[in-house]
Amino acid sequence: MAKLLKNRELLLVGAILVLVALIAWRFPPFVAPANLARVYNDTSILIILALGQMAVILTRCIDLSMAANLALSGMVAAMLNAAFPGLPIPVIIISAMALGAILGMINGALVWKLDIPPIVVTLGTLTIYRGLIFLLTNGKWINAHQMSDAFKSFPRADLAGIPVLSWLSVVMVAAMFLVMSRTPLGRAFFAVGGNPHAAVYTGIDVGRTRFFAYCLSGTLAGLSGYLWVSRYAVAYVDIAAGFELDIIAACVIGGISIAGGIGSVPGAVLGALFLGVIKNALPVINISPFAQMAISGMVIITAVAVNARAERRKGRVILKKAEAV
Amino acid sequence: MAETHLSPRNIPDRLEGRGARLLKSWESLLLVVACLIFLGNSLASPYFLDPWNLSDATFNFTEKAMIAFAMALVIISGEIDLSVASIIALASTAMGYAVQLGFDTPALVVVGLSVGLACGVVNGLLITGLGLPSIVVTIGTMSLFRGLSFIILGDQAFTGYPDSFAWFGQGYVWWVFSFEFTMFVVLAVVYGVVLHKTNFGRAVYAIGNNQTAALFSGIRVNRVKFTLFLLTGLMAGLASICLTSRLGSTRPSIALGWELEVVTMVVLGGVSILGGSGTIPGVVLAALIMGMVTFGFGLLNVPGIVMSIFIGLLLISVIALPILWRRARRRLAH
Repeated sequence: MAKLLKNRELLLVGAILVLVALIAWRFPPFVAPANLARVYNDTSILIILALGQMAVILTRCIDLSMAANLALSGMVAAMLNAAFPGLPIPVIIISAMALGAILGMINGALVWKLDIPPIVVTLGTLTIYRGLIFLLTNGKWINAHQMSDAFKSFPRADLAGIPVLSWLSVVMVAAMFLVMSRTPLGRAFFAVGGNPHAAVYTGIDVGRTRFFAYCLSGTLAGLSGYLWVSRYAVAYVDIAAGFELDIIAACVIGGISIAGGIGSVPGAVLGALFLGVIKNALPVINISPFAQMAISGMVIITAVAVNARAERRKGRVILKKAEAV
Repeated sequence: MAETHLSPRNIPDRLEGRGARLLKSWESLLLVVACLIFLGNSLASPYFLDPWNLSDATFNFTEKAMIAFAMALVIISGEIDLSVASIIALASTAMGYAVQLGFDTPALVVVGLSVGLACGVVNGLLITGLGLPSIVVTIGTMSLFRGLSFIILGDQAFTGYPDSFAWFGQGYVWWVFSFEFTMFVVLAVVYGVVLHKTNFGRAVYAIGNNQTAALFSGIRVNRVKFTLFLLTGLMAGLASICLTSRLGSTRPSIALGWELEVVTMVVLGGVSILGGSGTIPGVVLAALIMGMVTFGFGLLNVPGIVMSIFIGLLLISVIALPILWRRARRRLAH
């Protein structure tokens, strides 16, 4: 089992390398270390979000509201900054994360306490959260000149040659790796998704674990909200619209099973990187950026087909059909 | 799982009568809500009750409702199709392309319907042929289909549809009854009969309740599911014809986000998102409610995004309220 999982990530690494090699063949400067660092930096936010989505998907749920959560937390961060330019950046980041966590808790509580199917809950909160931004702002934008310099420059600040944004994503990846592999909560995510009934008998509260998964995805979405708004130096109702699908795509490509219980932190990171490389490569090899959507669609379908075949080789699962029902 | 203690269960000595069951059903609740909204709208705005105004109001939901009927069947069978809005975009783009090539209205209709059907085939093959989960497949094809129309159109738009084509979205069959509304009524009847009165409909329920049992009782599960995805594709094609004809132009972002509204409509209509239960009359009422709410808000100058908050709240609360109600009643019984 472990070998198989490892294989899948190796496969993905191979696919990314082939992709990069193909791009380098058409446009050599793409593989310059500085440019690759730039590609990673550009993908950082997607990586952070994919980590949160991974935790949710592992527990057999889904969070479609992440992009809306990002937009709302980002907008509030921008409004805080515009209203109180003197507010230190850490306070803004923490309040964005706290707001994101609260929004995630709302999802989690609806799933946990009311047993509403996750897809319905997050479909609903997706439209509600985005609508709230409109109610907050009346559709107005917050532009670069309304934001303080510290607010805008924080993710760009240079630390040992690499922007803070990249460092943040590295820290998040490391932290999530530890959480997923070394804490009871991380193991509970896998247990709940692998077999909820068995999880109950081992003393895991399935609903509560899902609640925490949503808190996690919400917190990470809140953090990404600040990062997104400060990086692009603009906040409006529609930022990151449709991005929830990119996040899920990154997870699916990374081999995280939508049926729950299967997945890994490296997988999520690689899935996000795969999409990031495609997105950054299209303009330099003269493919219209409009093609990106169709390409990610193809990649999602291919990835889920490949993953489904890998899962089928899992071997002896007695009464799998009966369990699925 | 929270309540593990045993409680004496009241076993009724007879089943409830047909009338009592009908009164307590989700559909009658929806009917009451629909009447209240209708009443509220007519009180809030003096223009609401005009027949032509009501006719205009139907354009808000007829296209989505056409898809919602097919989607209801898909969801009852335990699957989901999130790619419908993208199918609209692709079918509309194909029709726009056909216009550029000089085709006329009948050919455009054929193009729209067959592109919809073809997209349905792609979904159906991936889901039943390869046995992939429908939610991921249709998230993928959602990206793919709309992506294709982005490749074809970029930031451009197709216009210049022939005048006769406008009839589907703007024409009237008789008096205030538009083509779209007539289609909505006809399809409601057809889908109602198919789901509630045919073997095929029974098979859809059976699959949604227990796929394995359905398979063992001789239902060709994959064939039924494949047909259902064909139907959503076809309905999306039809909706695409109506919408394109109504707007008179095609952009790749056409019908963006409709999949959520269609799913909301279906779930609001009392179809269980987990599959196995739901009715077409429920979906019809949900379509009327959503249409009237958005139109009423429109008359009151409420911006669209505030309506979407309302739809989101509606979606969650219609599912949450029965659960809370059941819990409250159980607590009272103790």
